[in-house]
Amino acid sequence: MWQYILKRLLGLVPVLLGITLAVFLLLRFIPGDPAIVLAGERATPDQIAALREQLGLNKPLLIQYFAFLGNLLQLNLGNSLISGIPVIDEIKTRWTATFELTIAAMLIAILFGIPAGVMAAVRKNRWLDQVLMAGSLLGVSIPVYWLGLLLVYLFAVTLNWLPPSGRIGIESGLNFQPITGFYVLDALLRLNLPVLGDVVSHLVLPALTLSTIPLAIVARITRSAMLDVLTQDYIRTAKAKGVPDRLVIFRHALKNALLPINTTIGLQFGTLLGGAILTETIFSWSGIGSWIYDGILARDYPVVQGGVVFIAVVFVVINLLVDLSYAWVDPRIQYR
Amino acid sequence: MDLSHPAIQRFRKSRFGKIGLCLTIALILLALLAPLLRPYNLAADQSYVTRLMAPSRDHWFGTDGLGRDLLTLVWYGIRTSLLISLASVGFGAIIGLVLGLVAGYFRGWLDTIVGWFTDILLAFPSILLAIVIVTVTSPSVQSVIIAVGIVQIPIYIRLTRSVVFSLREQEFVQAARALGATSLWIILRHILPASLSPLVVQATLSTGTATLEAAGLGFLGLGAQPPTPELGTMLADAFKGGYALSAPWTTVFPGLVITLMVLAFNLLGDGLRDALDTRS
Repeated sequence: MWQYILKRLLGLVPVLLGITLAVFLLLRFIPGDPAIVLAGERATPDQIAALREQLGLNKPLLIQYFAFLGNLLQLNLGNSLISGIPVIDEIKTRWTATFELTIAAMLIAILFGIPAGVMAAVRKNRWLDQVLMAGSLLGVSIPVYWLGLLLVYLFAVTLNWLPPSGRIGIESGLNFQPITGFYVLDALLRLNLPVLGDVVSHLVLPALTLSTIPLAIVARITRSAMLDVLTQDYIRTAKAKGVPDRLVIFRHALKNALLPINTTIGLQFGTLLGGAILTETIFSWSGIGSWIYDGILARDYPVVQGGVVFIAVVFVVINLLVDLSYAWVDPRIQYR
Repeated sequence: MDLSHPAIQRFRKSRFGKIGLCLTIALILLALLAPLLRPYNLAADQSYVTRLMAPSRDHWFGTDGLGRDLLTLVWYGIRTSLLISLASVGFGAIIGLVLGLVAGYFRGWLDTIVGWFTDILLAFPSILLAIVIVTVTSPSVQSVIIAVGIVQIPIYIRLTRSVVFSLREQEFVQAARALGATSLWIILRHILPASLSPLVVQATLSTGTATLEAAGLGFLGLGAQPPTPELGTMLADAFKGGYALSAPWTTVFPGLVITLMVLAFNLLGDGLRDALDTRS
């Protein structure tokens, strides 16, 4: 097991190097000179040259890359060209917002997707199965940014039930001191129920929006995994022994169908980090996604480099953890 | 075409597949007929007086922030979105197919390098990679095609590589090799035709994903630039113009059409998978 983990970790090194190299090179080809953007339209050529010198943009690409890599290992991702704030500090304050949103979306996907998939499998080819699978097909086809706008229109503008954007209301935000940066958890830790209600109400619409695709995919995978398992001999034996249907489905079948479901959930978690860019933009959610997007528009190289590398590394690590979790879900699996 | 072919028979039994095929044909026809049947001229028929008008007999989908007829805009938007989706899938599939064939057939260091390239591309969430690529090449229809196409490449590499891995050990390939056939001949004559079924299914399903990604780039302001009508860009205009919520028709219709397009390709892809992949 440990040998396998070590082997997988070593295998990550070339991929991580490739990620950093790809991001570094791609961003160097962006049209427009960040020195000119920063110095402004009225800057003289001397001022622009001095700024290029100061930012290290006039050095050879290879030197710039190694400098970037060396700094990355020391968690020094540079400062934002626009705000001057260290990139690592921005990541530290923002990652919790993105993860809170992602975890909430994943929880919705699991809580509704698995039961929907189980129900569809148990009622195979009946109307409930058809309705659920048609719904899941619609779920993977709907653009999340559009769904977000519709939800805001319905629940925030028309019904006025939920806030349209942001993470916390102005009033709650003034008196609230976060501890971990996960606002829901912080409100619970501080036993502050009004703030808890406020942050949860802010989380509902973006989390629902972001959860649509994983929910649909989890439902589909659960259905197909359950259908595979439900035809196995041991299920027939359990039924023949008189085990109640509920126990057969949840204790015998679902437990064994968990492996592909677990893989899907892990992979979707990584994909959600990408989807967060669109959702965060619609809901003015102060996470990593909207920050990277602002960085791209402003040609803020360090912000984009740092943000994209952060998400890619988290994505790769999550995929590794998903692989390693196979043995926990299915002890029959042996690592080599 | 042999209508009694088992794959066609299986497809005819797939209700969802048939709905997907009809929807796809209808969308393609709509896109082709746009210049002939357009209700309004987008360049000429715009006026401040008619801006943000609700759906009516004159403007079935209402008008947008520039007073243009939304039905005409959406109609042309289907054209742009279809062009982007089909071209990007074609681009990604061809490059992925070539790299997958080469890596799977020759293995060795070629396979290692292609595998590394695939792992790196897969390490980025797809929309994030597409955003970075479009930014590098500056937003336009062409750059969206390239960006969405590049995001698709690793999927085709993996798929082709896995199919080639199993095919290259089959007896008919070994027989061709024993008869002195060159690698190029074996790949083109024996391996490529046998790999096409899963690729066709994947390409259909990918067209739906590509439509979503391209519209997502448009929504972020990184898609087709004005005056080219594009469905994601229409949503972005309404969102950034501040009238997405006060004039909901400006978002409802473009979004509905994007959903319909993606749904059509997903249904068709599911139907084709049932028809072509006998394991399913």
